[in-house]
Amino acid sequence: MKEIRVLSPTAILGYGFPVESFERGLDKEPDLIAVDAGSSDPGPYYLGAGVSFTDKTAVKRDLKLMIKAGQEKDIPVIVGTAGGAGAASHLEWCTEIVEEIAQEEDLSFKLATIQAEQEQEFILEKFQAGQISPLYPAPELTEKELKSSTRIVGQMGVEPFIEALDQEAEVIIAGRAYDPTVFASFCIREGLPAGLALHMGKIMECASIAANPGSGSDAMFGILRDDHFLLEPLNPKRRCTTTSVAAHTLYEKTNPTKLPGPGGVIDLSETEFEQYDERTVKVSGSKFVAADEYTIKLEGAKQVGYRTVSIAGTRDPIMIEQLDHIIEVVKETVEDNFVDLAADDYHLLFRIYGRDGVMGNLEPEQEVSGHEVGIIIEVVAKSQELANTICSFARSTMLHYGYPGRVATAGNLAFPYSPSDLKAGEVYEFNVHHLIKVDDPTELFPVQIEEVGETIG
Amino acid sequence: MAEAKNIRELVDVVRSKNAGPYELTFDLIFKSFEIYEQVKKSGVINEELIAQLYGIDLEQVISVINYDPAKAIKATIVRPYSSGAIGERDVYGAQQHAPLLNIEVPIQ
Repeated sequence: MKEIRVLSPTAILGYGFPVESFERGLDKEPDLIAVDAGSSDPGPYYLGAGVSFTDKTAVKRDLKLMIKAGQEKDIPVIVGTAGGAGAASHLEWCTEIVEEIAQEEDLSFKLATIQAEQEQEFILEKFQAGQISPLYPAPELTEKELKSSTRIVGQMGVEPFIEALDQEAEVIIAGRAYDPTVFASFCIREGLPAGLALHMGKIMECASIAANPGSGSDAMFGILRDDHFLLEPLNPKRRCTTTSVAAHTLYEKTNPTKLPGPGGVIDLSETEFEQYDERTVKVSGSKFVAADEYTIKLEGAKQVGYRTVSIAGTRDPIMIEQLDHIIEVVKETVEDNFVDLAADDYHLLFRIYGRDGVMGNLEPEQEVSGHEVGIIIEVVAKSQELANTICSFARSTMLHYGYPGRVATAGNLAFPYSPSDLKAGEVYEFNVHHLIKVDDPTELFPVQIEEVGETIG
Repeated sequence: MAEAKNIRELVDVVRSKNAGPYELTFDLIFKSFEIYEQVKKSGVINEELIAQLYGIDLEQVISVINYDPAKAIKATIVRPYSSGAIGERDVYGAQQHAPLLNIEVPIQ
């Protein structure tokens, strides 16, 4: 029976993994080591600003172990969504790490990099041609909105990876990729069924999160065969159970039985989970249903300003009773003091922890029941200077406002820090979450091959 | 006789999380298949309940799905703000589950 054996060291490159687990995986003779390096979860900043949410030293540690093992075993190492968000700058950041590793470890290999960042001009043309549609519940796009994007990436499917493997890449560092593809591409190229390959990839991209106890920083081993796959966590203190694996299928998904991705849908409506042995789960029945038109998900972020925050608290019960009134007065005072500013030059927000700081409008309990509240005064403005100015003025106004009934006249706020105001820099929002129709699944994702670690001359 | 039980007695997991930057999804994973079947049969956890618990319009509730293999019920709503937008409060969406802990379900 044909089978492909896959080692997934960690849920996100840079989250780490125990060397013992990784070595246990190597002992099981893997055909592939792969890892997902990113997510949109940490928010729009990282895509927008072009920086990684993972730490370089931690990423290098993980990648060094993976590449050394891949070279020793003569098997490919695949990384998807490099640098956390998978735009050009993220890919460059990760590729530099790979090159450092090659140099330090005296390794030479064929490296493929796959770009996922999209030219704004190209996306605009596609938009004008009606090739881009919103993914509910993201809003409709406009040309203006597209032009305001700082960075747009496409989520590649398996095809660009297969192209890189066809060119005998030993290490593949890819930009934004649909999470399961780093595992599934190799398996599909070997002729195994796409539905099972993608479903296995979907689970393995989170490494041992699908085990019990779960962990995103411990390794998982997968074996894919023609009609099922097996999942076994590589740390003996964890086990996969039918419920731990099935429960993981729910995670971060709207519908657990239909997982849409590049070129089609993973259909899990007939998937079966069986306990294969004490620590291993067998999964079968997952199918891939190809769509009539091949679509790629686009993700974009735009800069919306600069942030300054001031963190404070109050322990005064009279102040807490008057909070809504106080906030109103502070907002009005700011407006009166800066009459020349337009309404959209700045946003002034007050976050009240102890009331609705975590849930906002979704919070059913709108009354403060505790004896103290935390207050974040936040300003997002069109420049850092303006954010600093408004935050400073709002903070001093709130500190000294003589609200009705006040008895504590020395100051209304307790600041834990000096300086009280913290500059948080650029602020981004997601503004593209759309599907683009493509004729060729590889057209948005150019593959580049280079020899790394070759001595020149 | 069915008696109303608090959901905390019936579940192993109640969690919220982003499902992409524009959706918030809730998972309730029950302690046993028997409990799950009873909760499912009761029909208590439905779109109306989710809308009521979060004070949102029914059309903001995208779906409530029973998922037998995981003995789980999953609900998904539209995020009030996209993840990380100005005024947003929970970038990962991981702390929006608390209202679910008040659900009462009639159980044998």
